[in-house]
Order: sequence, then structure tokens, then C-alpha cells
Amino acid sequence: MHELSIAASIVDLAQEEAEKRAVRIVAIHLTLGALSGVVREALEGSYEMVSAGTKLEGSRLVIREQPVRVYCPVCREPRDLPSIQLFVCPACNSPAGEVIDGRELLVTALEVES
Amino acid sequence: MKSEPRIVEVRQNVFRQNDVTARELRARFRDAGVFVISLVSSPGSGKTTLLEKTLTAMQKQWRVAALVGDLATENDARRLERSGAPVRQIVTGTVCHLDAAMVRRSLEGWDLDELDFLFIENVGNLVCPASYDLGEDMRLVLLSVTEGEDKPQKYPTIFHGADLAVITKVDLAEAVEFDRVAACGALCAVSPGLQVLEVSAKTGEGMDAFLGLLASRAITQGLAR
Repeated sequence: MHELSIAASIVDLAQEEAEKRAVRIVAIHLTLGALSGVVREALEGSYEMVSAGTKLEGSRLVIREQPVRVYCPVCREPRDLPSIQLFVCPACNSPAGEVIDGRELLVTALEVES
Repeated sequence: MKSEPRIVEVRQNVFRQNDVTARELRARFRDAGVFVISLVSSPGSGKTTLLEKTLTAMQKQWRVAALVGDLATENDARRLERSGAPVRQIVTGTVCHLDAAMVRRSLEGWDLDELDFLFIENVGNLVCPASYDLGEDMRLVLLSVTEGEDKPQKYPTIFHGADLAVITKVDLAEAVEFDRVAACGALCAVSPGLQVLEVSAKTGEGMDAFLGLLASRAITQGLAR
């Protein structure tokens, strides 16, 4: 259960941004990669706990899930994997190549009010 | 009067701090010429036994040391010290994984120039360690024959992120009716092309191939000279 410390990093990061811009944060937009090792539900619960009592209390997490995107050396195209249990190209069934996307956990935007 | 909420674009990696520390560590390891290998697995897959035998065998030829992470107790460090190699325990308390800052702290006072190989045994856990780069050159994931052959598919992230899979306790394979084909199929599904080795730290089976592989990877990278 490392989501608690990850939620704390998100709160710190967002608070830093909010202070820099002198705004109040209403929502945090996140991109959550399927290979980030972070569980969405655990993160959401942890965020609520960690943000309570801070300036971010009551703010929302808006999570966009990023599937694993690999480069298929046979199709010569990037492909999104429907599941992380099977690293094969969904179009041609050959073993998946390099992972291009899906490892990340990024704060992409903040919804703020002054 | 309150204004309407507006969107501000930012692009911040939540793992930034760990990634930065891991990059610094990797550069330090490179400068010192030390090859760093981490081990991850579920609790009880045989990380400490494999490491004890590995340290003992490698010491004849190389300068080796180990860091070992656990939630509590220094038992593993005591076991590993029997090999004669320098060992430090990292007690994480309630934290279920090692991170780069813990590794950096525990290296204080060690002269990395005096080492050829450094092993880092992570906390027994197939989930959380997957998110944290420790600055290592090579990550081993262990799967013992007494676990389910489908474990790679239950924990795809950690198996996908490994550079080598080591099937441990193969001396018990027959007794537990270990299905090699199913296990290799599951490993291959989550990480096509992943190299797989079978070892028994107890009987020594497969150990020469395992040790040879570690040395050849290190030498290929120009380390552990």
C-alpha cells in the first residue's frame, strides 16, 4: 500500500503550485499509467485521507487512465494493449516491442480559482 | 466574488523526487565502477538464501556488498554477514518498499570505489517496489517453484520491469509438481524475451550459470573490472 505516500507527494506538489500561483485548487488532473504500479481506487481513498485538513481538503482527483502503449515492430505502429497480462500486439499478435507510454504518473493540470 | 474555476496546465511527474535521486545514484555507481543488482520477489521466495550463496561464491573473485530491506528485524543482515561480505540492513518500519533515498542514506560511509558488485534486496512484496527506481543496473525478480505458476500474470508490473527472472527452489520442483511450461508461458506473456534461469541455492543447481550471467552483464557494461 504505497498509495498513501504517493497521495502525499501529489498533495505537496499541488500545494507548491497553488502557492506559487496564489490560487485555490478545486481539482487535480492526473494521468495514471497502467504500468505505474499504482492502484486507482487505493490512490483515490488515500488522497481523500491525506488532503483532509490541508488547503486541498474537498478537492477532487480527476484521473485519466493511460493504457500501455507499445511499439509493434511488425506493424511498425504504436499500439495500446487491452491488458497488461499479455504483451502482444493486439493487431498482429506478435510479441510487443518497447513500451512508449503507460509507466507514468503525472499531474497534468490543476483546476483552480482565485 | 469567486471567479469560475479555470484550468492551469502543469506537467509534473509524481515520482520526480525518487527518479532524480535514482539518477544521481546511477551516476555515482557508474563513476565508482560498481555493478548494482536488485532483487524483488514475494516474501519467502528465497531472496536471502540466494543472496547468501551468491555473496559467498562471488567473494572469491570480486569485492561484493549488500543492502537488505525489511519492515522489521536485522535477521537477514545477520544471515548475509555469514558470507563475510559487508552488509547493511535497511529497516523500513511500515514502508512496504525501498526507495532511492533509503538506498542513498544506507550507503553513507561506504567507499563505492572499493566495490565491484552491490546487491540490494528489496522488501518481500510484488506490488509496491515496482514503482521505485533504485538506480540499479539490473533488476532480478524471483519466482519460487512453490508459488503459483501464474504469479507473473497476477503481478504483471513487477515482472515486466525485471531484467532477469530467476526460478528458485528448483530442488523442490518435482515434489510440488511445478509446471515449467506454464511458468515460462506466464513470464513470456508479461515480458516477451525475458531471460529465465532456474536455480537451487540449496543444492547449487544452476548457480554457476546464474553467477556467470551476472559477471558477464557487469563486464559488458564495462563495470566490475
